[in-house]
Amino acid sequence: MTTTTATETHAGPAEHHELGFIRTYIFSTDHKMIARQFLFSALMFLLLGGLLAVMIRWQLGFPGRPLPAFVRWIFPDTMAPGGIILPEFYNSLVTMHATFMVFFALMPLMAGVFGNLLIPLQIGAEDMAFPRINMISFWIMPVAGFIMLASFFVEGGAAGAGWTSYAPLSASGEWTGVYMGQILWLISLIVLGFSSILGAVNYVSTVINMRAPGMTWFRIPLATWSLFVTAWLLLLAIPILTGGLILLLFDQTIGTAFFRTEGSGEPLLWQHIFWFFGHPEVYILILPAMGFTSEVIACRSRKPIFGYHSMVYAMVAIGFLGWVVWGHHMFQSGMNPLLGMTFVVTTVVIAVPSAIKTFNWMGTLWRGNIHMDTPLLHAVAFVALFIIGGLSGIFMASAPVDIYIHDTYFIVAHLHYVLVGGSLFGIFAGIVFWYPKMFGRMMNEGLGKVHFFLSFLFYNMAFFPMHNLGVQGMMRRIYDPNQYEFLQGLQPLNTFISYSVFLFAATQIIFAFNFLWSLRNGKVAGNNPWKSSTLLWQTPSPPPHGNFPEMPIVYRGPYEYSHPDHEEDFWPQNAPPATSEAGGQFAPAPNPEPVPGD
Amino acid sequence: MNFFWRTGIVLAGMFTVVIALWVKAGPSWLDLSWVMPDNVVSTYGPTLDNAWLVILWITGIVFVATEITLLVFLVKYRHKEGRKADYIEGSNKAEVVWTAVPFVIVVSLAFWSKGIWDEIRDPSLFPANAYTINMMATQFEWNAIYAGADGAFDTSDDFVSRNVLHIPVAQPVVVQLMAQDVIHSFFLPEFRVKQDAVPGMITPVWFEATQTGEFTMACAELCGLGHYTMGGTVIVHSQTDFQDWLAEQQAAAGDD
Repeated sequence: MTTTTATETHAGPAEHHELGFIRTYIFSTDHKMIARQFLFSALMFLLLGGLLAVMIRWQLGFPGRPLPAFVRWIFPDTMAPGGIILPEFYNSLVTMHATFMVFFALMPLMAGVFGNLLIPLQIGAEDMAFPRINMISFWIMPVAGFIMLASFFVEGGAAGAGWTSYAPLSASGEWTGVYMGQILWLISLIVLGFSSILGAVNYVSTVINMRAPGMTWFRIPLATWSLFVTAWLLLLAIPILTGGLILLLFDQTIGTAFFRTEGSGEPLLWQHIFWFFGHPEVYILILPAMGFTSEVIACRSRKPIFGYHSMVYAMVAIGFLGWVVWGHHMFQSGMNPLLGMTFVVTTVVIAVPSAIKTFNWMGTLWRGNIHMDTPLLHAVAFVALFIIGGLSGIFMASAPVDIYIHDTYFIVAHLHYVLVGGSLFGIFAGIVFWYPKMFGRMMNEGLGKVHFFLSFLFYNMAFFPMHNLGVQGMMRRIYDPNQYEFLQGLQPLNTFISYSVFLFAATQIIFAFNFLWSLRNGKVAGNNPWKSSTLLWQTPSPPPHGNFPEMPIVYRGPYEYSHPDHEEDFWPQNAPPATSEAGGQFAPAPNPEPVPGD
Repeated sequence: MNFFWRTGIVLAGMFTVVIALWVKAGPSWLDLSWVMPDNVVSTYGPTLDNAWLVILWITGIVFVATEITLLVFLVKYRHKEGRKADYIEGSNKAEVVWTAVPFVIVVSLAFWSKGIWDEIRDPSLFPANAYTINMMATQFEWNAIYAGADGAFDTSDDFVSRNVLHIPVAQPVVVQLMAQDVIHSFFLPEFRVKQDAVPGMITPVWFEATQTGEFTMACAELCGLGHYTMGGTVIVHSQTDFQDWLAEQQAAAGDD
């Protein structure tokens, strides 16, 4: 008995015809090409953000020591005279590191790459609902990135008010000496917002309208579910940020006083707007990684995901609760202290769906048949590190405990456990897992394992001790901690962290090499190298224009692994049931075409 | 080589790297402490440190339990020839348990926190016999403003102490935080005090010193290029010393 993997023939749908180079590789409307475009550009921004982090750690590890001679020539005297990083340049580094990582690396990697790649393929659609809008959504991103990059080269340098850009520091160049840089920062993010909104419109419409016959809501794979919830958050949260950014731009350029105190402005209003966007944003950055992790853990444990319905409900719950917790960023801001308790309660409650997801991942591994390859290692690392990031969040959720650790390295540790340990390891899992579908070849497993173990080690060496810096009271965003006597003893630990960050960064060269080398030299993947049951794998790798040679019909849930009624340990969603047991409840919508397969 | 040998070699390699870097950078084991430093000098500081410890225990137990379980599952259920996973779709009983138990724990923590938070921050519960100081933060200085001999602010005999906050021991002090330009954050690590100073707002914060001496005052909110230099000192005087200092300053201010 053979299972149905889609036909190996490369004859695409009848309407397929050759497109020119520009329509294929540059202004493409094919969701898979757009995913690849997002992937390459976002990885470049990830590299840039990482290099900025290395410079931050250079300054903190060796305060006042000139940069090594081979990079010194890059920086003019306005940034690092004689190779010594200036305080104002340090502030720009901190700001731009976070900006590039959050807006130009993680968001495009999550929503841009995997939203585009996975949604149509996992629900059995031939493309996105609005392919042309999709193309525009991608092309806005390099434009915004170019504006953001340009801000390094204008007089006064790049924005230096932190990625949160708290007003009034960000509202007038008077306080920072940064005029044009801050304006370009604002314009870039306003422009970028359109990319996210257009992408989100597409994802929501596609998931609602373009599912293959039989793909009911509760047969949708969890990665697509996570991207669907994320798309709603993007759709609703980005306009709030954009509105706030426009008001701040007015304060900067035409002298309004929304957030400045000259006039009747309210500095705290900016924080409310920013974090009302900013907390859903946190979930935009983590939900998709949760989806990838679910996908990988189920497939590589050869077991159905434990509690599929709870996993979906937990994500939807996070999607709603994410809107009512923003005040926990503002416990010490001067916001009415009586309001604090409301946010303590909502914040601890949002820990519950996260806990549910964690226990379900563990339940999936339990009594499984775990194939310990690179996607699984990264996915399990996601769970292990997300546990740390989640638990450290409980400290700051308690408003009185937050008093001491607020704005210290404890927060830096927490957020990097969520966004690097969580999101980035989730992204690595996703890239390694879906690379064969994107490029038709596998990434090298040996190099992948070396990359994983070194990354995991250096990552933890870099970020775990930051909790301890926070316990000692070391503040964030300070150029030279040695200015404070009580922090001077921490210099050796800071140096240790810097070494670890350098090694973590260097380890990514292995990943980059593996990624590029495997494009040409990787093992040919075939349709379904991981023996996965979702629709995405039941079509050639990479899929032809139009994705599925024939319209798939869905008969069952996405994680039918090791089913007792089925010989193989995976049962593709579109494999028709044996004729005798074809229960009426699974009967798909009538289809004029013969069922694909045998 | 079997699974355990390979794992052992990888772990040994990792351990060697950690030790090598540790020796090279030379930090102290004490820096890795997870309990609050033993330097607290305010009345409510120990309460906050205790709250920290409670959360540390709860999260610590969950951390150890979940990470060990994860490791055990990875080792125990790793792929071997002929193994087939059990087909288990979930368990409603388990879902109810791991929803309800975390819910009860975190919500209890939240309401327990409320008591501590109110004690420190509820404006109606501020101590009545407090000595009041105005603090005007500006790039990159802390200006502590004291009332002159008339005991009232915004009069001509107010005097300013720049970057040094003088306070009496064993008496509650209310610092009314203000900012001239951008947001700063008033951070006294040893007192476990942190509160932002926002332009256009007056934010009161109170604390009571338990011992005399000199302590750290820091800015914890990015406030511009000199942010990292915006430090100062808190000098806690004995009651009589403080009255003497006050009288001396008031006399000097009155002469102007």
